[in-house]
Amino acid sequence: MIRIDSVTKRYPDGTVAVDRLSLEIPDRSITVLVGPSGCGKTTTLRMINRMVEPTEGTILLDGEDVQHQPVTTLRRNMGYVIQNAGLFQHRTIADNIATVPRMLGWGKQRARERAAELMERVGLDASLARRYPYQLSGGQQQRVGVARALAADPPVLLMDEPFSAVDPVVRKGLQDELLRLQDELGKTIVFVTHDIDEAIRLGTMVAVLREGGRLAQYAPPAELLSNPADAFVEDFLGADRGIRRLSFYTSDALELTTDAVVPADAPAERLAAVEAPYLLVTDVDGRPRGWRERGSDGDRLLSYGRPFRPGVDSLRAALDCAVLSPTGWAVAVDADGKVTGVVSQQTIGEAIRAAHTHAEPDAGEDPARGEDEKVAG
Amino acid sequence: MNGFFDIPSDLQNTWTGLIGMHLREALLPVAAGLLLALPLALLCDRFRWLYPPVLGLTTILYAVPSLAFFVVLIDYTGQTELTVMIPLALYSLVVLVPAIADGVRSVPDETLSAATAMGFGPVRRYLQVQLPIAAPAIIAGLRVATASSISLVSVGALIGNQGALGNLMAAGLKYDRPELAANAVLTTALLAVLCDVALVALRRVLTPWMPRSGRERTAAPHEELLTKGAAR
Repeated sequence: MIRIDSVTKRYPDGTVAVDRLSLEIPDRSITVLVGPSGCGKTTTLRMINRMVEPTEGTILLDGEDVQHQPVTTLRRNMGYVIQNAGLFQHRTIADNIATVPRMLGWGKQRARERAAELMERVGLDASLARRYPYQLSGGQQQRVGVARALAADPPVLLMDEPFSAVDPVVRKGLQDELLRLQDELGKTIVFVTHDIDEAIRLGTMVAVLREGGRLAQYAPPAELLSNPADAFVEDFLGADRGIRRLSFYTSDALELTTDAVVPADAPAERLAAVEAPYLLVTDVDGRPRGWRERGSDGDRLLSYGRPFRPGVDSLRAALDCAVLSPTGWAVAVDADGKVTGVVSQQTIGEAIRAAHTHAEPDAGEDPARGEDEKVAG
Repeated sequence: MNGFFDIPSDLQNTWTGLIGMHLREALLPVAAGLLLALPLALLCDRFRWLYPPVLGLTTILYAVPSLAFFVVLIDYTGQTELTVMIPLALYSLVVLVPAIADGVRSVPDETLSAATAMGFGPVRRYLQVQLPIAAPAIIAGLRVATASSISLVSVGALIGNQGALGNLMAAGLKYDRPELAANAVLTTALLAVLCDVALVALRRVLTPWMPRSGRERTAAPHEELLTKGAAR
C-alpha cells in the first residue's frame, strides 16, 4: 500500500503545488488522480518515486518511508509511463523495453526474451522488435511505453496522462487494454489524468484534486457520481453525471418483452394479434431487421439503432439504445446477435429508479434528474 | 602541371607528409575541443544559468583573430605545432559547446523524465540518452569545426613554417611558383571535402534510428552556428 500522509509541496517562489494531501492507495487496484491543470496531480505522482521531493509530510510504500530508500532502487521498482510514451528514439523497440532489466544486470538473452514476452502481452506484433520508435504509430508507442514500464515486473506502476496524446478511438483501445492487463497482473497503479471520463472508466478509487493541490474528494467512481462532495466536484464531473452513473448499473434485471418481436415470415394473424404500436421484425436467424409500424405495409422498416446485450452492457447502454431508437424501444440481443427481447424507455426508467433506490435508500432527487437528462439526451 | 608536386626542399617534407601534418594539426584540435565540450555542455544542461555566460565567452573567444593568439602563445609554446593547435582547439570548442548543448536540450522532456523515472543517474542519462539523441546536432557541429580547422591550419605558415599545406602556399609566393599555391589550395579543399564526407557517413552509421526522409523529429543543426562557421 502507498500511503501519502499530509504531504505538501511548496516551491521556493511560494507556489503551493500540493497542499497537505493525504491518500491511502490500495494494493492491486487502479487509483486515479484527476483534476484541472495546476491541481498538483503530476507533482503528487512524482513525489511517489521522488522525482519531486515533498516539502512536508511523508510517503510510505508498504510502511517504509520512500525518503529512506536509495532513489535508483526505488525507481527501478516502480514502472513509469508518461504522455507521448517518452521512448528512447535511438533504441529499438526491444531495447527500449529491456532498459530496466539491462540496468538490473540481466543477461542480453534473458532481457530480449522478456521484451518479446511483454510485446505479446501488450498486443504488439513481434516483428516490431527491431524497429525504431519513429516507425510506430502513437498508439503503438504508448503500448511500448507500458511494456517498458512492466519489464522488471515492478509491483507499482505510475502512469502520468499516458493516453492523453492519442486520438479517442486509440485511447479507448488502450484503456481497455490496461483494464485487461490489470486483471492479469494486479499491479498497484497510480494513474494521473485530467479527463474525468477516463478516471471514471479506469479507477477503482478516484481522487479529485482542485487548484492549489487540495483534495476535493476521494471515492469510488460510482459514489463520486452519486454524491459529489461539493460544487467543485459536481462541476468537474460535468452536466451528465446522472447518465454516466448508469454505467455502473447492470442491465441484466431489465424486464424484456418478446410480444412485439415477430419473424419476417410470420403470418398476418400473428401480426394482427400484437397490440404494441411497433413490431420488431427479425430475419430467419432471429437477428433484428427493423421496426415496422402497426398497420403499415411490410416493406418500410425503421432502423432499430444499436442493440445492447443484457448483463454485458450497462443500463446506460440500454438507455442509449432506447433513446437512439426511433420507436423509443431498445433491442436486446445475445452474443450471436439474436434478439432476446425489446424494452421501452419507460421500463428502463423504472429500472434506473429501482437501481438508485437500491444503491442509496435516501436518494430522492437523483432519479428525477436522471429522467430529465434522458429526455434531453 | 610541370612541378605541381615538386615541393621545394626548404619545406623539408613531401606532399603526402604535408597532408599528414595538415590533418594532424587540424583534427587533433577538433578532437580536443570535443573532449572539452562534452563535459562543458553537460554542465550547461545541468545548470541552465551557466549556458548564456558560456555562450557569450566562447563567442568572444571566437572573435579573437588566430594571429593574435599566435603572438600571445609563441612566448610560451614557441614556434611549434602546439602554438597552431591551441587556438584551433579553442575555436572548435566554441562551435561544439553550443552544438552539443542545443542538441542535448532538444531531447524531449518526456524522454528525460522517463529516463529519470527508470533510475538513470545524471551522468548515465547524459551518456546513454542525451548524447546519442544529440548525435546529429553534434556531428553537424563537428562538420563546421573540422572544415574551419582545416582551412585555418594554413595560417600556421606565419609562425615558423607550422602551417603544413599553408607552408606550400607560402613557398609558392616566395619562389613565384603559382602551381604550388594552386596545389596547396586544391589539396586543402579536397581534405575538407573528404573529412566532411566521412562525418556524414559517420552520422549515417550512428543514427539508424532517424527517419531517412523528413528529419524534423530530431535535433536540427544549429542555424546560427552554421552561419557563424561560414563567416570565418
